[in-house]
Amino acid sequence: MALDPVTQVSGRAVFIPGNDIDTDRIIPARFMKCVTFDGLGEFAFYDVRFDSNTGEKTNHPLNDPRFAGASILVAGVNFGCGSSREHAPQSLKKYGFTGVIAESFAEIFFGNSTTLAMPCVIATAADVATLRSLIENDATTTVTIDVENLRVRTSCGLSVPVSMADSAREALVSGRWDPIQELLDNDAAIHARARELYYV
Amino acid sequence: MGKNLFQKVWDAHTVGILADGRTQLFIGTHLIHEVTSPQAFGMLRDLGLKVKFPQRTFATVDHIVPTIDQDAPQDPLAAEMMQALRQNADDFDVTYFDLASGKQGIVHVVGPEQGITQPGTTIACGDSHTATHGAFGAIAFGIGTTQVRDVLASQTIALAPVKVRRIEVNGDLRPGVYAKDVILHIIRLLGAKGGIGYAYEYAGDVFDRMSMEERMTVCNMSIEGGARCGYVNPDAKTIAYLHGRPYVDMTDFNTTASRWLSFASDADAHFDDVVKINAAEIEPTVTWGISPDHGISISENIPDPATAGTLLEKESIDEALAYMKLAAGTPIKGVKIDVAFIGSCTNGRISDFREVAKYIQGHKVAAGVKAIVVPGSQIVAIQCEQEGLPKIFTDAGFEWRGAGCSMCLAMNPDKLVGDQLCASSSNRNFKGRQGSPTGRTILMSPVMVAAAAINGCISDARELFHLENPANVA
Ligand code: SF4
Repeated sequence: MALDPVTQVSGRAVFIPGNDIDTDRIIPARFMKCVTFDGLGEFAFYDVRFDSNTGEKTNHPLNDPRFAGASILVAGVNFGCGSSREHAPQSLKKYGFTGVIAESFAEIFFGNSTTLAMPCVIATAADVATLRSLIENDATTTVTIDVENLRVRTSCGLSVPVSMADSAREALVSGRWDPIQELLDNDAAIHARARELYYV
Repeated sequence: MGKNLFQKVWDAHTVGILADGRTQLFIGTHLIHEVTSPQAFGMLRDLGLKVKFPQRTFATVDHIVPTIDQDAPQDPLAAEMMQALRQNADDFDVTYFDLASGKQGIVHVVGPEQGITQPGTTIACGDSHTATHGAFGAIAFGIGTTQVRDVLASQTIALAPVKVRRIEVNGDLRPGVYAKDVILHIIRLLGAKGGIGYAYEYAGDVFDRMSMEERMTVCNMSIEGGARCGYVNPDAKTIAYLHGRPYVDMTDFNTTASRWLSFASDADAHFDDVVKINAAEIEPTVTWGISPDHGISISENIPDPATAGTLLEKESIDEALAYMKLAAGTPIKGVKIDVAFIGSCTNGRISDFREVAKYIQGHKVAAGVKAIVVPGSQIVAIQCEQEGLPKIFTDAGFEWRGAGCSMCLAMNPDKLVGDQLCASSSNRNFKGRQGSPTGRTILMSPVMVAAAAINGCISDARELFHLENPANVA
């Protein structure tokens, strides 16, 4: 299965404030009553985008017209913690995000996102703060996540190093972010391993 | 140097190293439920693939099942998801503990009680609380739906190994301090992201003395501490628990048991980090905010943002207090509650209901409080009935329900309404977790939930129930 390498993603960006943004926040459980991921995009961050009493839009950054169409999400610490639901990165991707920059990521969310070819890179707190003020001052700033060289660059000249697990970077840039074919190709080794495991 | 359990299990299940450097890890046992599996079966169909080892996948339905009239969901979407699981289990020849089987329940309760969860195995499920199964000395972790597809299709996933942190808790737990308090305390100390990049090994005499069910409560919330998984080394209790369970092969059980024990961490095993905690310092713990590491002991005051060390910390306390509608610097004890929930994969097992039933006789749930009790599985429900527990609960004014996840995440009709505040034995106090976007959750042990239900406010169960003897950690 030949997949497209993901060497860089870029677009306008939006900063989502708060640490420990959990996957219940990203996609509330009631929207998981579905048997496909189609249509999840419109429910991303639903309960913080809409007031639960009035149904009115809140002042959440995703409702700010300046950030409409942003495709890079910038966040704080422990982004994507909580439930393992792939519905979370799926909803972000279907909402239109192509990459996430945060101070740290919860592991399951990170792995799920990589498998969906949505790079998640880690920046320092200071660099996240700088990015935040850049995009909040000028929402037309283009932010590029350079996966290959592990840097984040902006159209206004900022260039900072970021990090990412080696295996995820390798998987993205070599077009192996969805490992299914490689897993299946090792059929003989899988069966050999199974035979050695007494309980299988 | 010896190996720890994580390394032993990892090595025994390694199929090979992939081009990107990750390990192709064999998944011995795969558990699935209705919420995160239908899309994976859809992907399998799209790719024209079969389930490689259908006998190694086990399904049940838990998240969306109503707890009243279990098999007749009013919600057409819920009915569709239950139907999809039935169809997928049939089409792909997977064992399904459905409602009619008498064995349905929360997937993390069903696995151990059927003896599917075994030491020295790898267990994956599209559910973060898969960490629960680590109580048996398994490496058990949550995966995403695309990985559910990978396991179905290949019985393997691509994964990088993690480091291992040994958390030793030694000494005696004080009366009224439970396994739930131990894990809430650990998460408070190490933080909700403290475990990122780690598996947690829980060791020391507190865990040695715990029952298997208490160990499950602890391992269950490893994920709330950010760890990928958590485990307790298998011992005589593990073996006694599994002996005779339906999926345990009893031919030559002695050999099986010694094989299981051989996975325990060696005495000279290496750990990437070691944390030591004195059991006597642990108090009954409750959360006050919107992250599981927002914990305080029942006698402490709610944090004051004015005393925060950093701006970030101040902002996070402010945000939590605004959401929780709680006043900084005031006691958590006495905060009025609207709902009490005893259940979930953290605390929905027979020992949880027995423990609460010991104390609530002669008491009544406070007027205006809705208190619901939800067994973790149909088997737990039957056991409770045999022991006369439902009547004890209903006499005290609790509602007794059918098995499922219920109000833990409210994908079923059990939900908070508006900004109701719930004393809950579940594992997550995230914003909106219990079904209302403004609903509020305070996590605690089941006995503390019962005390809150009876007093109508957050309470110290030790005072209400005169808990004097050391917590039952037989
Ligand atoms: S009880 Fe709660 S945490 Fe456990 S599996 Fe169900 S929804 Fe998840």
